Amino acid sequence: MTKEIYLDHAATTHVDPRVKAVMDKYWTEEFGNPGSFNSVGLRALRALNNARATVAKIMNCIPEEIIFTGSGTESINTAIKGVYRANKAKGKHIITSTTEHHAVLESCEYLTKHEGAEVTYLPVDKYGRVSPEQLEQAIRPDTVLISIMYANNEVGTINRIAELAAVAKKHRALFHTDACQAGGVLDIDVKKLGIDLMTINGSKLYGPKGVGVLYVRRGVQIHPLIHGGGQEFRMRSGTENVPVLAGFATALELAHQEREAENKREIVLRDKLIAGILSTVPKTFLNGHPTERLPNNVNISFMDIEGEALLLMINEHGICASTGSACTSKSLDPSHVILALGLPYEASHGSIRFTLGKYTTEAGIDKVIEVLPPIVQRLRHLSPVNINMEDIFPQVLMNPKDSQDHRQSLIVEKKPQEVKTP
Amino acid sequence: MSTIALKPTSDFKPVTHPDVKAKKQAAELEEWFYTDIVKDHFFNPRNIFRTQKEIDDYQPDGIGMVGSPACGDMMKMWIKVDKATDMITECKWQTFGCGSAIASTSMLSVMLTENGGMKTDQALQLKPQDIVKRLVDLPQRKFHCSVLGDKALRAAINDHFRKSGQDQRVVVEGAKVIDKILKITDKDIEEAVLEGAVTFEDVQKKTKIGIQDKSCIPEVEQLIRFYREKFFGGDK
Repeated sequence: MTKEIYLDHAATTHVDPRVKAVMDKYWTEEFGNPGSFNSVGLRALRALNNARATVAKIMNCIPEEIIFTGSGTESINTAIKGVYRANKAKGKHIITSTTEHHAVLESCEYLTKHEGAEVTYLPVDKYGRVSPEQLEQAIRPDTVLISIMYANNEVGTINRIAELAAVAKKHRALFHTDACQAGGVLDIDVKKLGIDLMTINGSKLYGPKGVGVLYVRRGVQIHPLIHGGGQEFRMRSGTENVPVLAGFATALELAHQEREAENKREIVLRDKLIAGILSTVPKTFLNGHPTERLPNNVNISFMDIEGEALLLMINEHGICASTGSACTSKSLDPSHVILALGLPYEASHGSIRFTLGKYTTEAGIDKVIEVLPPIVQRLRHLSPVNINMEDIFPQVLMNPKDSQDHRQSLIVEKKPQEVKTP
Repeated sequence: MSTIALKPTSDFKPVTHPDVKAKKQAAELEEWFYTDIVKDHFFNPRNIFRTQKEIDDYQPDGIGMVGSPACGDMMKMWIKVDKATDMITECKWQTFGCGSAIASTSMLSVMLTENGGMKTDQALQLKPQDIVKRLVDLPQRKFHCSVLGDKALRAAINDHFRKSGQDQRVVVEGAKVIDKILKITDKDIEEAVLEGAVTFEDVQKKTKIGIQDKSCIPEVEQLIRFYREKFFGGDK
């Protein structure tokens, strides 16, 4: 087997050795329970407080507004179910979007089936963005919660969260954003964003798995999901996972110190990969926004072939990518995100996501650009399907000329761009 | 304001753990790596056309095509049949689909043409499991891939029967109406089972069967057991 080129960082990242070094001590030496009234417990409590203070500083909030949970999914469940249950007197309407992570969609679906919630799923534009105007139109007097993702995990599109949150504020609805893909990459200053709740997790920013954060603005009415000993300000009972929380805080801190330089580096590689594929492989197009996208995300549709077969073939060359989100890559249905962008079913089976990371090198990107064209050609030769791009594009992008510009803009060399933060 | 109805992945009914659903989900945890034979057929597919010209110049006795790119699987099969012996002597194919779909069609083409070929009657008796057996194994959720190859073959053989004036031999895949009000057939139930439906509720969710025509429910349940037995070896 050749050396693996890991391009699935949106699924998870390795743990930074500096993070692991911080965690090591808390497994065996400082193993205390922060709730214990003794010196061992006190040292654990200090570690926990430090971790919380570090996260609060990066998010520009007070430590009491940071709730540690077991995963991004748990944070999202707590935000949606917790806010809904605590605000039933005000209303039962929730607004979210069609391209959200399953943690959001399934939580909303559960509340609809079992607790009488009414949920509006906002459509997205051809790039995957939610428009503030459409959000405003959807708000009702009984809207209690709006949950819109910061950056999409599959196609990398970045939403203008500050604008959307401003609309929510105007109508006195609470605003939650799933920022799992944005933590460590984009600005997560909660004051600048103007949000009420935010979820991030550790496994996407070179921290440990099994940890999430839910920011809850002081004053927000919310119920916990897990009851017990009253840890995490009664919001999430259960003994705190000190080593993992300390590691998470360190990971977030490092990521935010280094993000500017790392983002610049990844954007250059990202755009090289996009331009490389679009210019060497015919009948391909980029999913998501050409510039307002995560610095590490490349999502390309290959016509006439099926994503899994392509994934298997490139994996034989050591390239590890994904067909969509890791959660759905094993199911046969096309991605709900790709479909929400307006792609017809015929074009939705051949999308591949490459997500770059700290260890991604230019040589790795060159290797992908080198091995892809013959593999795609080979699979297309085996395929009886021959989709006419003209039939597809009017549906993807409003007019064919637009699509030409869209493709051209990605093929021409361009200077690295700073990530736009709302 | 337009809203889009989303398809939830679970139905949020109370469950007793572990239930049938959980068992189905456990299948997702099985290792997805394919057997060496599947990989061999995927990376070195047999009986394929090498150029477009070969396709254009090929003179088959029957062509069959099933599926569509919209559902993620599509197969096309070309066969040559020896008139004197009624044996399939050549089989070429194209597949749009995942790795196991490609490997299944490749294996099927080998099974049909090895040892001098297979009689059409015998070929019509082939079952999806026969292909899976030769591939040693496929992940359970990939079984439908072998079913599609099998269907493409039947379509190609029928095409050959029609073209060679043997219309009486054409095997029509008769669909029997089960739900008399909504006109839902056994084929619809078969599809639902192949897509992963395990219980009557799963099938009803996919097809709306038995909602108005309640009299068909026992028959539907029997058919679900039949198709699960046929494709997955039943619930053990």
